[in-house]
Amino acid sequence: MFAYIVRRMFQSVIVLLVVGLVAFSMFRFVGDPIDNMLGQERTQADIDRLRTELGLDQPFVVQYAKFLQGAVQGNFGVSYRQGRPVSTILIERAPATLELAFVSGFLAITLGIALGVFTAIRRQGIAANVIMTVSLIGVSLPTFLIGILLIYIFSVELDLLPSFGRGETVMIGSWSTGFLTASGLKALILPAITLGLYQMTLIMRLVRSEMLEVLRADYVRFARARGLSERVINFRHALKNTLVPVITITGLQLGSIIAFAIITETVFQWPGVGLLFINAIQFVDIPVMAAYLMLISVMFVTINLIVDLLYYAIDPRLRVDARAT
Amino acid sequence: MSLLTIQDLTVEFPTRRQLFTAVDHASLSVEPGEIHGLVGESGAGKSTIGAAVMGLLERPGRIAGGQIKLGGDQISGIDVEAMRGLRGKKISMIFQDPLTSLNPLFTVREQLVETIQAHLGGSEAEANKRARDLIDRVGIPDPDTRLDQYPHQFSGGMRQRVVIALALCTEPDVIIADEPTTALDVSVQAQILDLIKELAQERQVGVILITHDMGVIADTTDRVTVMYAGKVVESGTTAQVMGQPQHEYTKSLIAAVPRPTLKLHRFPQISYGGRETRFAIEDMARHWPKVDNDTSKPVYEIRNLTKKFLQRRGLLPWDRTYFTAVDDVSFDIQAGEVFGVVGESGSGKSTVARMIAGLYPVDGGTISFQGKLVSDLSDRAVQDEYRKNIQMIFQDPYSSLNPRMRVDEIVAEPIRHHKLMSGTDIKRRVDELLDQVGLGHEAGQKYPHEFSGGQRQRISIARALATQPRFLICDEPTSALDVSIQAQILNILKDLQEHLGLTMLFISHDLPVVRQMCDRVAVMKQGQMVEIQETSDLFANPQTDYARELLRLMPKLDDLSTDGLGEREE
Amino acid sequence: MTDTMETTKSAPKSRLAKFWDSDFAWSFRHSPVAVIASLVVVVLVLAAIFAPLIAPYNPFDPATLNLMNGFTPPGTPNAFTQETFLLGTDDQGRDVFSTILYGLRISLFVGVSAVLLALIIGVILGLIAAYFGGWIETLIMRIADVQLTFPAILVAMLIFGIAKGITPPEYRDEMAIYVLIIAIALSDWVQFARVVRGAALVEKNKEYVQAARLIGRGSFPIMFRHILPNVLSPVLVIATISLALAIIAEATLSFLGVGAPPTQPSLGTLIRIGQGFLFSGEWWILFFPACTLLALALSVNLLGDWLRDALNPKLR
Repeated sequence: MFAYIVRRMFQSVIVLLVVGLVAFSMFRFVGDPIDNMLGQERTQADIDRLRTELGLDQPFVVQYAKFLQGAVQGNFGVSYRQGRPVSTILIERAPATLELAFVSGFLAITLGIALGVFTAIRRQGIAANVIMTVSLIGVSLPTFLIGILLIYIFSVELDLLPSFGRGETVMIGSWSTGFLTASGLKALILPAITLGLYQMTLIMRLVRSEMLEVLRADYVRFARARGLSERVINFRHALKNTLVPVITITGLQLGSIIAFAIITETVFQWPGVGLLFINAIQFVDIPVMAAYLMLISVMFVTINLIVDLLYYAIDPRLRVDARAT
Repeated sequence: MSLLTIQDLTVEFPTRRQLFTAVDHASLSVEPGEIHGLVGESGAGKSTIGAAVMGLLERPGRIAGGQIKLGGDQISGIDVEAMRGLRGKKISMIFQDPLTSLNPLFTVREQLVETIQAHLGGSEAEANKRARDLIDRVGIPDPDTRLDQYPHQFSGGMRQRVVIALALCTEPDVIIADEPTTALDVSVQAQILDLIKELAQERQVGVILITHDMGVIADTTDRVTVMYAGKVVESGTTAQVMGQPQHEYTKSLIAAVPRPTLKLHRFPQISYGGRETRFAIEDMARHWPKVDNDTSKPVYEIRNLTKKFLQRRGLLPWDRTYFTAVDDVSFDIQAGEVFGVVGESGSGKSTVARMIAGLYPVDGGTISFQGKLVSDLSDRAVQDEYRKNIQMIFQDPYSSLNPRMRVDEIVAEPIRHHKLMSGTDIKRRVDELLDQVGLGHEAGQKYPHEFSGGQRQRISIARALATQPRFLICDEPTSALDVSIQAQILNILKDLQEHLGLTMLFISHDLPVVRQMCDRVAVMKQGQMVEIQETSDLFANPQTDYARELLRLMPKLDDLSTDGLGEREE
Repeated sequence: MTDTMETTKSAPKSRLAKFWDSDFAWSFRHSPVAVIASLVVVVLVLAAIFAPLIAPYNPFDPATLNLMNGFTPPGTPNAFTQETFLLGTDDQGRDVFSTILYGLRISLFVGVSAVLLALIIGVILGLIAAYFGGWIETLIMRIADVQLTFPAILVAMLIFGIAKGITPPEYRDEMAIYVLIIAIALSDWVQFARVVRGAALVEKNKEYVQAARLIGRGSFPIMFRHILPNVLSPVLVIATISLALAIIAEATLSFLGVGAPPTQPSLGTLIRIGQGFLFSGEWWILFFPACTLLALALSVNLLGDWLRDALNPKLR
């Protein structure tokens, strides 16, 4: 168990180092930071001074080490566009994205698994087939179109819900939350559905196909031959086996929620890190891009670690192998 | 009254092109405490009967006629809920592969207790006690610890015991065992069959034992029903059917079974149900380069052969663990002989064959072919020359031919690769080969899936002979085939050896087959070669305990009819 | 079963007749969904290829544009010029039907090219990983795993962002389409590599591969001549599904303003433009491109879904 976790953590650290290298290379080679930071009126002396100040005259490895050191301490430099430290901007923006991601992730997982199991068990039924067809439309509809559609119906035509922004927020420490006000909650509804719907359809289709596969397995046939009830077979034997692969992919899906948040945030002008990132790309604001990359890779790596641990808890085969090693 | 009666059962599978009748008016009955064998070759419909009795026919299969009665009550056509009540409680089933028939995520205890409570109700403690007794009864040592383990912690034989315990845990009247020992080694197979026999006696359970193995039938069953193409062709007590078969099919089937006690010159050709395809060995021999088998010097000299497989990867060398598949094996193969290697699964016999074929690099030791060292795979010139002279026939005719290549391309590939001929000569040679193996040159235009297992094995043989090799490696060439097809293929191999002067390495787990085919035999156990002897000496007078044990477990088949076996060699 | 010759004696058929009679073709003919979906795809692809011939106007030729035609609703004559446009016009008086045809061209070009590129990279790397194993496999699959942790759309955005930083501003619009193709392909090759590796690992252990090695065939002939044809059916399924994903990804990136530039609008760009006018009542500028995009993505997805069932490979 311990060795297993340590090995996993070790791999995570390597992933982070690689991502750090990518982020740092962006810093170093995409566009010239000097160009970005000094205006047109510059002298060679200014350039040289800034070069030394930024450490750009030092060897690559030293610069990378310094970058990592800064990154660990949350120091990603100054945004080219806003002229403020990137870390401050990120801290301001992160709560909006996290709250949105949390709500839609929760919706996607619970509804996705429930509907997936339903459509797998009742695969001949009318309701299940309707759900499957609708879900295919869901997969084919780009997230931004879903968002626009929802805005058109609920904001423009029905005028029920706000079409952009977070509504009123309340500060708890440095965390601004929209959960505590009515307008904040109202503003959350459409973006959360937009972001969750696509993930939900994916999870649902995945659960269904995994479950159908498990239902064909020999041990399910044997369970049937022993006269166990369909309920026990479906919800005890099949579901648990289905969860093993589903957990991995759901973990990946959760990661992509944070990425897809970029789209949702753009459509709804939601003031989160996704919107920040897309603006950074348009203006080639490298420090913000690099910081965003590091931030979400930390999140992904954490999610993956949790997934691995869950996996480990569910599948006894892993436990024994781990003990043997 | 019989426990289970099947009358005029007909099972149909409607397909897009036609209605396929898998079982055609089959009848049989099972008495309490009786083991009823259901035997036939693949596609005979024997497993379909089992599934029909359990009410577990796969879509779109359906019972189209006849009835199934359990203790006088009809159970075919009853509704799903009623059938579920019977399943497990009155009738139970054991599947072929113990590896996949247990749920990997639940402990043995959980699976047992759940089944017991589903049918007998009662408290958790009672169910637990019952589970422990059963695990004890099926011969699993240390039941208290083993109960709380997961299936993957059991060996194959132990798992099949767990499966039997699960099938027994609600005291069913009838158990259907569908090839329960096919996935197991001979030694384990014998134990499991003994257990089934004992339990049937002790609990007066009726067992339907579905198998393709005549040895299992002869050793285990009381009565037997023989099926062919969905129909029951013969039924009776095992002694009677095996000893004096009446039906032509049964006769030909029994005649095709290799016997451990007598060596035949050729297997009698089965003529039932189809024309025999001729293998034109004389024709082939006429075009074969004259071989002068020099018997003064061995063809192969194999010294201290060793192979290790990585069992656990690790970044650091001392983190890795290895499994020694072949451990310091030395032997010679003489020109023109058939050298057999027998052993259970995992004994390393296939690994030896693959190292000789140059498919695995050797980790230690040397292989010399006609005096030249061939175990160094990096020497291209030697390897090219070597590969022209050896060929291999594989176990599974369904996977040994590339499904996306046409048959003529498959047969031509070795000729093309070694640039032995060009253009029209290749085509002529391929046509000739396909004619000679009895498929006809038209077969070249088709793809492998259009052929049956036996036909595919002939294509394999045609490919193997394309470069006119001197040495043929046969890795379990017939173990995936039905017994009648096996007889044909073994005859062809014998012809090749005799008429073309081929030297062969013959790998098999099946002692009677080895007896029929080989001049000398080596016995392998856990990577080591424990005994090498003349075949007749090994069978008459084994030198090691292990060989003695293998021979003891071998089905004797003494009671099988010996009609029509033809010319004997010993 | 007895080893009879009956099966080999049937009359020879042409390859086409054989294909028509195959289970695959049969299940296609009997699936209305598959037939309709492929019809839609064929129509859209033809419309895209022949866009210059079909389109009533060339939306990129300023000479044909009349600003007076701006915001003409579909099917009704313009108040000033009395011209009628089937699907209306946008703010600059461009015919929406024509811009959709040209947009479809770009969307399909980007989607198909990206999938082809991803397929080539993924198949080759997947085959190499499966066949050679060892550290090469570990390296390729580790990269794939790490990349898979990052959603494709994000990877594509990053590549786009980096490319934007590298290319000089005056070439950015010109390069945008190709950057988009490379970005989507590089974010998508992992799917192919994983599926090909999985299938190839199974094939590699089959005896026909051993037989080819025994003859002495080299690694590359075995990989491409023997293994590749046998792993193509899952690749085909993944390619179809990936095409739908690539088209959506392209539309998404373009919608976000990091894809096809307004000078070469794809369907996504058109939707981005149309979004601004949705709330002021000019719904058609967004609606028709969105419907085209949905029709395309849905049909390709339906085909992919059907293919998966018809070929029935073990797919994740």
